[in-house]
Amino acid sequence: MDNMMSLIDWARAQFALTAIYHWLFVPLTLGLGLIMSIMETKYYRSGDTFWKQTAQFWQRLFGINFAMGVATGIILEFEFGTNWSNYSWFVGDIFGAPLAIEGIVAFFMESTFVAVMYFGWEKVSRGFHLASTWLTTLGATISAWWILVANSWMQYPVGCAFNPDTMRNEMVSFLDVALSPFAVDKFCHTVISAWVIGAVFVVAVSSWYLLKKRAAERELALKSMRIGTIVGLIASIGAAITGDESAYKVAEVQPMKLAAMEALYNGGTDQSLTAVAWVNPFRQPDYQNEAEAPLRLAIPNGLSILATRTTHGFVPGVNDLLKGFTREDGTVELSAREKMERGRLAIQALADYRKAKADGADEATLQTLLTTLNENMPFFGYGFIKDEAELVPYIPVNFWAFRIMVGFGTLFILFFAYLLFLNWKQKGIFAPATFNSQLSTFSSTTLWVAIALLPCAYICSESGWLVAEFGRQPWTIQDMLPVSASVSDVGSAAVATTFWLFLVLFTALLAVEINIMLKQIKRGIAPA
Amino acid sequence: MVSLLGALLVFMMFVQGGNSMIFSLGATDAERRMLINSTGRKWELTFTTLVTFGGAAFAAFPLFYSTSFGGAYWLWMLILLTFVVQAVSYEFQHKKGNLLGARPFQFCLQLNGILGPLLIGGAVATFFEGSNFIVAKNNLVDSQLPALDSQLQITPVISSWANASHGLDALLCPWVWVLGFAVVFLTRILGILYFMNNVEDENIRSRGSVRLVGQAVPFLILFVPYLIHLLLKEGYAYDPATGIISMEPMKYLHNLMALWPLALLLVIGIVLVLYGIAVEIFGRKRNNIGIWPAGIGTVLTVLVLLLLAGWNDTAFYPSTADLQSSLTIQNASSSEFTLSTMAYVSLLIPFVLAYIAYCWRAMDRKKITSQEMADAHHSY
Repeated sequence: MDNMMSLIDWARAQFALTAIYHWLFVPLTLGLGLIMSIMETKYYRSGDTFWKQTAQFWQRLFGINFAMGVATGIILEFEFGTNWSNYSWFVGDIFGAPLAIEGIVAFFMESTFVAVMYFGWEKVSRGFHLASTWLTTLGATISAWWILVANSWMQYPVGCAFNPDTMRNEMVSFLDVALSPFAVDKFCHTVISAWVIGAVFVVAVSSWYLLKKRAAERELALKSMRIGTIVGLIASIGAAITGDESAYKVAEVQPMKLAAMEALYNGGTDQSLTAVAWVNPFRQPDYQNEAEAPLRLAIPNGLSILATRTTHGFVPGVNDLLKGFTREDGTVELSAREKMERGRLAIQALADYRKAKADGADEATLQTLLTTLNENMPFFGYGFIKDEAELVPYIPVNFWAFRIMVGFGTLFILFFAYLLFLNWKQKGIFAPATFNSQLSTFSSTTLWVAIALLPCAYICSESGWLVAEFGRQPWTIQDMLPVSASVSDVGSAAVATTFWLFLVLFTALLAVEINIMLKQIKRGIAPA
Repeated sequence: MVSLLGALLVFMMFVQGGNSMIFSLGATDAERRMLINSTGRKWELTFTTLVTFGGAAFAAFPLFYSTSFGGAYWLWMLILLTFVVQAVSYEFQHKKGNLLGARPFQFCLQLNGILGPLLIGGAVATFFEGSNFIVAKNNLVDSQLPALDSQLQITPVISSWANASHGLDALLCPWVWVLGFAVVFLTRILGILYFMNNVEDENIRSRGSVRLVGQAVPFLILFVPYLIHLLLKEGYAYDPATGIISMEPMKYLHNLMALWPLALLLVIGIVLVLYGIAVEIFGRKRNNIGIWPAGIGTVLTVLVLLLLAGWNDTAFYPSTADLQSSLTIQNASSSEFTLSTMAYVSLLIPFVLAYIAYCWRAMDRKKITSQEMADAHHSY
């Protein structure tokens, strides 16, 4: 069993490593894709070669980043099979489809048109080239759609039914899976937040040119900055709105995740929203005995509004969820112990059913067992849980990652609003005549802040994923299958080996990429 | 369901076919950069095909996906690693500041060029030669029953590999190597043919035509015996009524006879490949279009081989550890609902192929020349 635990840890660590690296590259692809498409549209409409040069400049940076996203992505797709083979069988009937559709619909679009975008400037017409650039961005965005459909389904499984004969869950409604409200919201939040990263990137690079007083790139920097500011402001506000909606959805379908995000040990009505509190980052808090996290500063009724859209709404805490509680509408939420009991009944019934079927038992016996199974199936996953403490995700990560995400998100809104204000105040700065003057719209402090915000954007974005993925523990599929029953039968040493292999490889490649990126930025628009 | 399978299998061969075009550095000197740029404009397609193959295998045969990837762990990990280093190598090799210089990245391209086809070819061979795994669906629940668990220490994992090498054991089978290397040489042939078509350079073209012989001969020496071995060997037959799997002498030959149109396709496929090669070696006036018959021939041949592995009540992923664990189209595929959903999605495939073809034509109307390399604003 110890061996099994370390296998699960390694398998999780490896998946997390790959996903975190993958997510370093993907948001820039999505965000920069949008911005460079806008720039090329400007070229198409005006015919001004300045915009062609500008679009080409950002496309070069896009290209350096793109390959890494692709390289880390392929590993992720196959890790479902290599690390989580049980999971792959148990829900492959549902989960496989979005992945296949992603390949057919999105990846081919992306890979075909990205080649036209890079190499087609002299080979195809301006209109065709513009379409290719947009289709590259669109392909990447559609691919995000399908992979987030798959992810959302794990957090909120819908449109499926368990088949005891094949021993797996099978899809019964494709539309429920593909258009799950959880997926729609997750897609909007994720893609819009990726636009924020694209915007912060463009603004940071432009700021550097302005700080260095690079004459050749001055116009490019100023005009790129304006587009970056507008996209950034719209996107960061959009991310806040969709984020709020996400939290509401989480409260509905993953209350334990919300309780962990808020370090809410004991819930109730009229819950306040924690602004900050002292939650030790390195230790799971004693949620059973502590009333609440110490040094707590809170916004009255904030959490009730966030989670229930009413000021007085009931929000369950960790202990409520473990002990069971009655909702305001009278429905009873079972305690963890009862759920675990019901889960074991489901497992026993399934084992008996399969044995009876193999032994050729009569229809009535099979029916009785099936009835027991179906009654308890909603708690199937709980049957694998040995101790109710397993049901509580690691609170410190959820609590702090959530605060980092929201904090930086708010900062981005303020900063982009400030940049827009500066832009607006000095509107005339964009007239070509003033480019040679010493007059600058932005103080050097503002420009340094813009550069400093770039790593913050990545930290913010990765924090969002930490909340989403740590918060759903112990579940691979909510209530259906915990990670301990999802894993493959590969030695932990093998997974540990590939973990280190990937870590070294990805880190080396990341170092190479950053270095190439910096060199390319330093070179600016000068020809090779 | 059959239509879906057909579509899936076409994908699989694109992996092989595309892969081949991408690698095989026939000529390796001053023109290397032109060659790299030539395949560099297609690598995303091959990569995407591999990814889509993964997704499609997951959607259509989840049990194959979970058993093979979770079981033959090292085999697949090696394949993936070579593709990962390939993906970045194009973009990074000639960029300033890549820390390592161009050499290591070009080495990665060659590594992937040889190991990729070798291992994928080897993986295809395991469809006929068998793999060492056990599938026990009851493990998921049996592992949780206290009485059973204390005696047997079952893990909840359904599919497990029967030995510790996790897939590398396939390399002990000589026939896996034979088919693997046959695929390597085939991809090198296709690669040369593609370059001759795509790069306008007299040196590369004349050298290509010479090098072609050196690849074609070993290919035939490996492929023909494998084909004979395959048709004469015992196969894994499946009884649809009872679900029992048994060994049947000359199973694949029987399949070929029962599915005679496949035999026809196989012959056409092989003839087309040979014609594509011959036309470039012996043709009096080279027209550099051998890639098309050879490419189509490859697609047909691989398609037939894969269909032989699964159709006509055959276990397509046989287990040598426990015969009854072998995967068949019946026991490993998705539910009918999912398959029909995917069949609808597959209707998009002709559309996808059409825009790929359109872009390919638009881009390749002007062949790659040394002049373009000097001028290009974006080149690898």
